[in-house]
Amino acid sequence: MYKIDKLNELAEIVAAKRAENAELEPRRMTAEEKDTLLAAFHPDYKQDEFTVLSAGVNKGGKVPSQLAELLQGKSRIKAEDVDLSAPDYDTDVLIIGGGGAGASAAIEADEAGVKAMIVTKLRIGDANTMMAEGGIQAADKPNDSPAIHYIDAFGGGHFAAKPELVKNLVTKAPSAIQWLNNLGVEFDKEPDGTMVTTHGGGTSRKRMHAAKDYSGAEIMRTLRDEVLNRGIPVIDFTAAVEIILDENGKAAGAVLMNMETKELLVARAKTVIIATGGAGRLHYQGFPTSNHYGATADGLILGYRVGAGLLYADTLQYHPTGTGYPEQIFGALVTEKVRSLGAKLVNIDGEVFMHPLETRDVTAASIIRECTERGKGVETALGKAVWLDTPMIEYKHGEGTIEKRIPAMMRMFGKYGIDIRKEPILVYPTLHYQNGGLNISADCSTDVENLYAAGEVAGGIHGRNRLMGNSLLDVIVFGRDAGKNAAAKAKETAVPEKLTLEHIEKFSKELEESGVASETVSPMLLPHYARKSK
Amino acid sequence: MEKMVNVYLFGKKYSVPAGLTIMTAMEYAGYELVRGCGCRNGFCGACATIYRIKGQQQLNACLACQTEVQEGMYVATLPFFPLVKQVYNIEEIKPTEQVMMQLYPEIYACIGCNACTKACTQELNVMQYIAYAQRGEYEKCAEESFDCVMCGVCSSRCPAGISHPQVAMLARRLNGKYLAPGCGHLADRVKEINDGTFEELIENLMQKPLDEIKELYNNREIEK
Repeated sequence: MYKIDKLNELAEIVAAKRAENAELEPRRMTAEEKDTLLAAFHPDYKQDEFTVLSAGVNKGGKVPSQLAELLQGKSRIKAEDVDLSAPDYDTDVLIIGGGGAGASAAIEADEAGVKAMIVTKLRIGDANTMMAEGGIQAADKPNDSPAIHYIDAFGGGHFAAKPELVKNLVTKAPSAIQWLNNLGVEFDKEPDGTMVTTHGGGTSRKRMHAAKDYSGAEIMRTLRDEVLNRGIPVIDFTAAVEIILDENGKAAGAVLMNMETKELLVARAKTVIIATGGAGRLHYQGFPTSNHYGATADGLILGYRVGAGLLYADTLQYHPTGTGYPEQIFGALVTEKVRSLGAKLVNIDGEVFMHPLETRDVTAASIIRECTERGKGVETALGKAVWLDTPMIEYKHGEGTIEKRIPAMMRMFGKYGIDIRKEPILVYPTLHYQNGGLNISADCSTDVENLYAAGEVAGGIHGRNRLMGNSLLDVIVFGRDAGKNAAAKAKETAVPEKLTLEHIEKFSKELEESGVASETVSPMLLPHYARKSK
Repeated sequence: MEKMVNVYLFGKKYSVPAGLTIMTAMEYAGYELVRGCGCRNGFCGACATIYRIKGQQQLNACLACQTEVQEGMYVATLPFFPLVKQVYNIEEIKPTEQVMMQLYPEIYACIGCNACTKACTQELNVMQYIAYAQRGEYEKCAEESFDCVMCGVCSSRCPAGISHPQVAMLARRLNGKYLAPGCGHLADRVKEINDGTFEELIENLMQKPLDEIKELYNNREIEK
């Protein structure tokens, strides 16, 4: 039951139309309809929310204004703050970030026989990977193929992705699933071993593999366990605050900062992988986020300052179904799997206003239109929202389906008295994913030699919109590749002799000359949520 | 005027708006969290917290990001708990009863007090999954423990010194790797890809002019 009577009354309207709505197969939008909808309602199209960069590799390109402030912000350190001649850590491959991509990279680098080390500003596993609920794509069923997966991903991303990256994503997907399964990840299977797979928005085949609705958590905790079993050093509560270069401008390590004592440390490495994840905690355009506490775009700042370019940093993913109510979980992710299992999106009048499995950008824009122009949203204390008719899942598939397939969702709402088996839930788009990021080549290398990137921090894999289940896939495929390639490169690289931080002064000068230098210190590391004293 | 409640963070009293979670109440009070805060969505186990309501005997455990504040709540976070994780090679161990005996023998010292289950922030039947682990029933242990976020509250309450989340982690990996049925269509597809079956098809797609690939995408058949 909702604590607000009005919401219970409105939920009755949804219940009354459930049988009728369950039978509907809503029409999918045409390409033109989608383009018009996106241009009018998707947040990426709000020009005044973006800033044109005045300095750095992407000078002249636009990024969200909050990101521009950090990219054009001040370093946390000056070169003279650290003694580069006596590194505190020496390793072959330095991995910045302890999420799915970082952990996969570490395992592969270790497997390749080089010394790998992870630094993470929180704990290993504190990452968006841990929170991915719905699943991971791979074209491994007989009616599917990597080529079909390619078309889905490339088209879903508005034909903007780098073809060589999409190729890697889809052709290495089945082996990524196999690798995870061999590490002990428990995928949902039929008794004969057949993978239980469903649709995601924009998929043309049912290729979403899952571990209930703890898919990312199950993958992440297994990867973490494997990193620890291998004895790979994990330096936790330690953030990278600047990349270190050698005298030839190649990446050669990072300056680290203990998050608690603020002590600065130097890590020297032959190759460096940035695997720092996304940026939801920058709350672009004031949106709530489904992201981890640490999702503050640090990797983009670290890379950009030493000359690594960005690609599609102006495109963000607003997950269509963030929690719209209650306030305690406002913006928290309601997995797309809820719609994969048959729940439909319904407006205040109980009408199904769209096909529930359009791509995420289209679905988010459609929900925003329903709540604004069309005035068919449900009013709550936090704004407007639409219904996601969860009881429809059990109406179609029988009692027990929700507990078995989406237990995390049932638990999350259950804590606030809402039984998603009996009552529909309220949803509204939430800032979910950074579609772009550091521009990488097929081998995960960035514009800076010996500097690699993998996972959400990298750009080009998903073009301008990512499909459900292609992110968990991307962190595994490209995390592994980055680990292998950075390890191979480390083997042919000598220990860097002269380390420098000259780029800090150089970039700062460029900013001053461009007249946009901000006083904001970056990378941000953590959001500022503490209420300032009155 | 907003309704306020009194909470005691590490014993110190703060007045905070009703409806906040313990985590946002701490931030309202002025804490800049570094430890004890992770995904903020109930998946990572970073914000294990114990609390007692003033005047009540019972000690409760929860995740700070998933729990609403109450009047008279005495709160202590448990941002780290020294769990014991044994190191093993997943390729070399086998899903036998002995493996638990070798790696986590303390599970056999369970006295059946059920404090772990009572403390679980995910409302799992922790003592039951430990019982399954004792008997080498890893599939059942994996299923029963599946929703574990490894916050460690169970272990903090255990008189036998068991690291329940790590025991469950081992059981799940054994089950996922060795006991759950293998997947034929996955192995077939990996082989096809390694044999280069799709290479030409995909290279061809990569070269296609934009119009053609758009056409393919917009008219693709979608499985019901």
